[in-house]
Amino acid sequence: MATPTLDKEDAKPEAGFADTPYITVTFRIRRFNPEVSADATWEDFQFEIDPKERVLDGLHKIKWDLDGSLTFRRSCAHGICGSDAMRINGKNRLACKTLIKDINPAKPITVEPIKGLTVLKDLVVDMDPFFQAYRDVMPFLVTTGNEPTRERLQSAEDRERFDDTTKCILCAACTSSCPVFWNDGQYFGPAAIVNAHRFIFDSRDEAGEQRLEILNDKDGVWRCRTTFNCTDACPRGIEVTKAIQEVKRALITRRF
Amino acid sequence: MKIHKYDTVIVGAGGAGMRAAIEATKRSRTAVLTKLYPTRSHTGAAQGGMAAALANVEEDNWEWHTFDTIKGGDYLVDQDAAEILAKEAIDAVLDLEKMGLPFNRTPDGTIDQRRFGGHSRNHGEAPVRRSCYAADRTGHMILQTLYQNCVKEGVEFFNEFYVLDQLIVEENGVKKSAGVVAYELATGEIHVFQAKAVIYASGGTGKFFKVTSNAHTLTGDGQAACYRRGIPLEDMEFFQFHPTGIWRMGILLTEGARGEGGILRNKDGERFMEKYAPVMKDLASRDVVSRSIYTEIREGRGCGPEGDHVYLDLTHLPPEQLDAKLPDITEFARTYLGIEPYTDPIPIQPTAHYAMGGIPTNVEGEVLADNTTVVPGLYAAGEVACVSVHGANRLGTNSLLDINVFGRRAGIAAAEYSAKADFVELPENPAGLVASLVEQLRDSQGTERVSDIRRELQETMDANVMVFRTEQTIKTAVEKIGELRARYKNVSVQDKGKRFNTDLLEAIELGNLLDLAEVMAVSALARKESRGGHYREDFPNRDDVNFMRHTMAYREVADDGKDSIRLDYKPVVQTRYQPMERKY
Repeated sequence: MATPTLDKEDAKPEAGFADTPYITVTFRIRRFNPEVSADATWEDFQFEIDPKERVLDGLHKIKWDLDGSLTFRRSCAHGICGSDAMRINGKNRLACKTLIKDINPAKPITVEPIKGLTVLKDLVVDMDPFFQAYRDVMPFLVTTGNEPTRERLQSAEDRERFDDTTKCILCAACTSSCPVFWNDGQYFGPAAIVNAHRFIFDSRDEAGEQRLEILNDKDGVWRCRTTFNCTDACPRGIEVTKAIQEVKRALITRRF
Repeated sequence: MKIHKYDTVIVGAGGAGMRAAIEATKRSRTAVLTKLYPTRSHTGAAQGGMAAALANVEEDNWEWHTFDTIKGGDYLVDQDAAEILAKEAIDAVLDLEKMGLPFNRTPDGTIDQRRFGGHSRNHGEAPVRRSCYAADRTGHMILQTLYQNCVKEGVEFFNEFYVLDQLIVEENGVKKSAGVVAYELATGEIHVFQAKAVIYASGGTGKFFKVTSNAHTLTGDGQAACYRRGIPLEDMEFFQFHPTGIWRMGILLTEGARGEGGILRNKDGERFMEKYAPVMKDLASRDVVSRSIYTEIREGRGCGPEGDHVYLDLTHLPPEQLDAKLPDITEFARTYLGIEPYTDPIPIQPTAHYAMGGIPTNVEGEVLADNTTVVPGLYAAGEVACVSVHGANRLGTNSLLDINVFGRRAGIAAAEYSAKADFVELPENPAGLVASLVEQLRDSQGTERVSDIRRELQETMDANVMVFRTEQTIKTAVEKIGELRARYKNVSVQDKGKRFNTDLLEAIELGNLLDLAEVMAVSALARKESRGGHYREDFPNRDDVNFMRHTMAYREVADDGKDSIRLDYKPVVQTRYQPMERKY
């Protein structure tokens, strides 16, 4: 006997797994392909899907069954790699972490590229400026003196101090939800500040002052207007605005 | 077509590729070609930890780790390589800490450690705390830390460049690597990278299965590029099925959940692993646990109306412990299943997880053209490679270790080689194969669709060459794959453009999956025994007399252009451990 196959379409309901029939949904997708036209347009796709599936599953259904030219980035499909941040029903989310049932599938579901970065094709944007801002905040541990033979010691409390900002997956959902960033792409943006925070508050690091100086720039933390869009957008649940505020406070008190 | 010249080219920017890049960049002019932005690599999805006998929390040593690795691999492990892995593990973890990795800490401030499957004290006496971890995001932290250090070292990346061909040139009767050919996703342009040394670190090939923990992008591109150019593939029949994937979706739930005290239960609530592995119980090696789960399911003790899964029970663990040690996987259960792990058990099933086999290398990461001959200038490390430290079954936490130990070794060896070697002259029309592949797929008016062939491939792999195999099921798979390969010749894509043509790339990736699936099935058919992750119901015992040897699969091309697979075998390196019956 072969290994049991597990994709039976006639699965019966089970506790916690109410058997939801397939529903018809409409995905309204912002399309853009400069090889074809200089203008972006909306295109509707209607198809059947189990609402417990992800928006990413819906996009794959379109790409695989309806229109192979639909273009988007994705990889892990469970919220870890950060490839598929997009604007879904007007809000930045990861397509692989958003279930269709949770976003009112009775109405058309709009899917657009994230804002503030140049759109290259359909849902694909130019990520280079985003990663450049990240690289500009010295996102690596800086230490001086001789290295210890064994590990550097760090108390559990000191480790906990920067735990929240280590979760960042660089998906750009926060930065591209920020109205300041939309208006001025020179602003470092929340994600770069989050990654600076991760090192500024690491007890092992010795370059906090340098990073603070970088962020004291006119395009640095002071541009933040605490609209909390970034915190709402973060698929990892990082308290982004709080981290930015902590960096601001460190700049004033020079204590971190 | 553009031509670039680098001393060292690294293909892939996951853990192994970036660990290699950090070493190679210091020593040689290095380029990293990666089909994804580096932080998107699937190393980031690894959760539970990285094994090293630091002995921070209890007595441990690298010799015990070596033994566990060999036993875990059902004695198909090359023992010299396993010894290097376990010995260098300690520095590999300390190096990452010094690079900034935020490990969880003990009350003393040292790196904390926890239990993991198959890792034991004193040759199997009891579980040992050997896994160094950062909550259940150890892979994420490793990937981020290595990328951070690549930024620090100024590593040069070519993002969204797909390597589609390995250039091999024969000089004075010796096959040498001359470079690689890559396709730039943004423009559709083809680039030739002439390089003295090439390192493959492009990851696994799990997408030929349907229920898998692997990313959509894990399509065996490096294995396929080398295999088509005559490099053998070793032990491809050995694939690991991780016991705890989310039911139907395959998303990984770390073994660390059981390391923290989680228990597997059947529909009667019974802790069934006690029957199969009295000492290690839920922490037996992954092949053993996955077979036990399917035995429960087949004997009617599976959960749910279909009886097609079992439960991972964390409800007896304090919520604070789940929040502190297992935050991500508990979140996955909430997001994807709508289940609260504090109070409800999580439905799970084994999920296709890891290729033990791959491009054969020696312990310096040098690729082998046969059982002994090195291909000068060609290296591989990580899941794409087979060194072989995992043998017939990899232990949990040994893959994050593998990428760091052998990624580093390959990076150093390749850069040292390129410091003294000359460039090998490029073959005539170096981009020819890739150009015709791309053109043919883009211009094809064929009637077959990529998604149909891929779906059928994944279904046949799940049904026929998963946890339980027989001659009959494997033959069914071989036949089906043959049919699909024939249909693939008639495949076409809808997107005919040059810019970000992911439709075209999915077609190319499918070609890779088909070739590798065939190698896997053919290798599995010939191995008439059960060992580690390869379980044959028609040959349920391990057969050391006939099969204590590595499979080496070669692609042969006949004069009429038809290809076939030739199997050969390579002896296992045994040093100090004699094969014994494996009990947990």
